[in-house]
Amino acid sequence: MDLAFEEKPQRSALLVLGCPQVPVQTSIALYLIHRLRQEGIIPVVAGNRSAVTLLVVADPKRHYLGEALNLDHAIDQIMEKKRDFDLCFVFIHNDAGVSYAATMGAISKARLYTIIYGEHYDQIVASINFPCINIAAKAVHNPMPLKKMLDEVAPWAA
Amino acid sequence: MGCIESLPYEVILRGSSFRECRDYIKKECRESVNVQPGFKVFDTHIIGVPPITIGLDGDVVIFPFTKPCHGTFLLRVEDKEEADRLRKKR
Repeated sequence: MDLAFEEKPQRSALLVLGCPQVPVQTSIALYLIHRLRQEGIIPVVAGNRSAVTLLVVADPKRHYLGEALNLDHAIDQIMEKKRDFDLCFVFIHNDAGVSYAATMGAISKARLYTIIYGEHYDQIVASINFPCINIAAKAVHNPMPLKKMLDEVAPWAA
Repeated sequence: MGCIESLPYEVILRGSSFRECRDYIKKECRESVNVQPGFKVFDTHIIGVPPITIGLDGDVVIFPFTKPCHGTFLLRVEDKEEADRLRKKR
């Protein structure tokens, strides 16, 4: 008798980093990558050179960090239908972040999560009028309020 | 992307929001066209909250250009071919 094993296709997640000027971004990104990996989800990071370099330096042996892309290149690839993701997390602490999140919502089939932080996180949440799941907290230097919100939503388990 | 930097552009607004760019175009440009995020202008995928408004004034194209650390710039580039292409999209 042949045993047929049905393998679940491996899911992937794109983390779209914003400007790294707010310290919690790098910490929360590494934590999210860790949780995604625990659930067998392949994390791919996209950001500008500074945002990606902060992660590369913090994780030199790449225990957590996997593929890291230039943000513009990632958007080109999605637009050209060369690749897409199951989940997409956009890190937001300014207006530009909202623009990137809206763009990802429009061009990608991924389930869209926004991770919103910074002093004015509540104003940013209020400005979002497109479909997504917001994970938001007032967090600048201390990542714990944002980590708590992330754990409550647990997007890796969805 | 990246070819925007090589264009002979003029910065109209710097570090602005996508709403400020949209309002400026609606108020100041003779014509405008709405596009979706990812639409290519000057061979660059445009980032923004839909609908993204692009302004046209003769051969001049006025469009938002977003960078993660610097917010949205509103740029002005004179290019007849691109203006005509965008005009046909209306």
